[in-house]
Amino acid sequence: MMGTDSVIKVRDLTLAYGDFVIQKDLNFEVRRGDIFVIMGGSGCGKSTLLMHLIGLQKPLHGDIFYGKERLWGVSSEQREQLLRRVGVLFQSGALLSSMTLAENIALPLREFTALSKKEMNQTVSYKLALVGLSGFENYYPSEISGGMQKRAGLARAMALDPEILYLDEPSAGLDPISAQLLDELIQSLRDSLGATIIMVTHELASIFAIGTHSIFLDSEAKTAIAFGSPEELLKTSHDPRVLKFLTRGHPERADRGGHHE
Amino acid sequence: MAHCISNVGFPRDELAEFFSLRVWPWLLDDQNPCVSWQSFPISLPLKVPHPSWKLESTDPLLWQLCFEGDWVMSNASTLNAEDFSEMTACLRSGGRLTLDVTGLGVWDSYLMIALIDIVKRCHEHQIAIETSTLPEGMGALLHLSSLVPERTDARKGGAQKTWLERLGESARSVWLDGFFLTQFIGESALSMVALMTGRARFRPIDLWLQIQACGPSALPIVTLISLLVGLILAFVGAVQLALFGAELYIADLVSLGMTREMGALMTAIIMAGRSGAAFAAQMGTMNVNLEISALRVMGFTASDFLVLPRMLALILVMPFLGLYSDLMGIIGGGIVAISFFDIPVTQFIQRTSESVHLTDFFIGLFKCSLFGVLIAVAGCFRGIQCGRSASAVGEAATSAVVTSIVFIVVADSVVTLICNRLGI
Repeated sequence: MMGTDSVIKVRDLTLAYGDFVIQKDLNFEVRRGDIFVIMGGSGCGKSTLLMHLIGLQKPLHGDIFYGKERLWGVSSEQREQLLRRVGVLFQSGALLSSMTLAENIALPLREFTALSKKEMNQTVSYKLALVGLSGFENYYPSEISGGMQKRAGLARAMALDPEILYLDEPSAGLDPISAQLLDELIQSLRDSLGATIIMVTHELASIFAIGTHSIFLDSEAKTAIAFGSPEELLKTSHDPRVLKFLTRGHPERADRGGHHE
Repeated sequence: MAHCISNVGFPRDELAEFFSLRVWPWLLDDQNPCVSWQSFPISLPLKVPHPSWKLESTDPLLWQLCFEGDWVMSNASTLNAEDFSEMTACLRSGGRLTLDVTGLGVWDSYLMIALIDIVKRCHEHQIAIETSTLPEGMGALLHLSSLVPERTDARKGGAQKTWLERLGESARSVWLDGFFLTQFIGESALSMVALMTGRARFRPIDLWLQIQACGPSALPIVTLISLLVGLILAFVGAVQLALFGAELYIADLVSLGMTREMGALMTAIIMAGRSGAAFAAQMGTMNVNLEISALRVMGFTASDFLVLPRMLALILVMPFLGLYSDLMGIIGGGIVAISFFDIPVTQFIQRTSESVHLTDFFIGLFKCSLFGVLIAVAGCFRGIQCGRSASAVGEAATSAVVTSIVFIVVADSVVTLICNRLGI
């Protein structure tokens, strides 16, 4: 599944809230089939970067390219068209609380496809089954647990079979077994659908288990200070900030030569 | 550390004395049938030593600080922490301070804040401080609290703003508010256009749910309020009219007052409190949960998906509620007129139908629709503007109601003025 063509290109991106710059001069590419990890300490602007990538916040400077098309500097209709290829799982799931899980997942289906009612129901059941929530069609988000909400959010993000799937902290707040299952799910989605996955996380286990490429944001330098596959970074990086992050603060204890799980 | 928590003592000597003289012997009395020793396993201290410290010096440049007593928060009143400034004044820079905790009883964060304070003062005065004599737990906590250096730009609200700055800021926020409101109204208008051309993206079921929530569910409260307003109008008017023996004109007063003014106004105020606040709270909560962001990513705009059904629902429902309110008000007035002022039913009905013209009705209905739009705009605008916290949702609901009522009253005055000028 690994190709070499880049799906997303970020050029000279500067993120800011008003005049307060969060990250500046970000340049990176995401290739098709990557599981691309955006990592960094709390408050360094990972989620803000995600908000910019999915077109919810306008960058102060620079642009994002989906294939050859620009995300900013085009009309909002074109941007909307572009983002039709994208699915997003927000940190808390962000399911619409006034609708059942089935209605949540059917929402994009009804608007952007010509499926019949029966086909729509089948699609909804299929998506819910993929995330292990068969039979929960008529539950409201408030009636299920946080982990289930997150999985339902993933089902909704995948509703339109997006080429690119953004995940904001997918395994945060999940127990280790659920987190492991979610990792496997993400990996098999990539393998079977050929989707490109970009995830914001600081869950080291996930990063090493499934991440194929990564970018490390630093809040002091206000820019990305490392690129590469997580394992590679652990082995070859000399930057103490990166090493400290990847080894839970104890670079000396890490097994830098061997495999890391 | 567990012993520090369980052994929080009583600060007052008297209390300890009372326990030791009265309670304790009674509890320990073998003959006492009420208590057995096993059922009372907490050991209460008989006397709690107050926290104290003393500074000893063996050498001009070598001091020892001894802590004594129980350094727990419940003892806080007995010690003045400011005293440490006097202590550091005794020390000379370049010296060395050791800490002695052998006389220390139980301790908690109260001791820690004192230690942190002393360490800070010593650093300021270039005094070497020896913390290795501290027990392991204490040393670890001290180390932990100084592990991450304070971020210089992290503290907030240091400098006091001058009144001019504050005035400028509030003026600017009013201006921005107006700017965003205009933007919001523009977006909602575009959504209306999209609706007319069939391009608006929203679920028709949401419209029905909103109509249900705004309309039929509001009937009981509208009934009650309108009936009572009609009653009040009738009573207030009747007392004056009775002076001229013109009680019959209660019918004119009540029916005109309700249809032209009070029906619309009361309904609008009820709906501002009921639906306006609900809109703001719903959309504010959706904002907090990132639901609105999720909608936007899926290609729905908040103005189509959320504002449109709410606005339409209020515009459709308000005239009917207003009409109903008029009717209830007139019935209320009728009850007063008929039962208290002995006006025959037929005469009341006749006067009412003679005094109220179709124009009056339509003015009332027009106002209702207008108020419906205003309530929906204020409610949805405050909801979308809402910040991402629980208190922000509360503020959004409050300011939605306030904004709606201001809008309603101002709009009502303008409409009344225009009608007056036009002579209708």
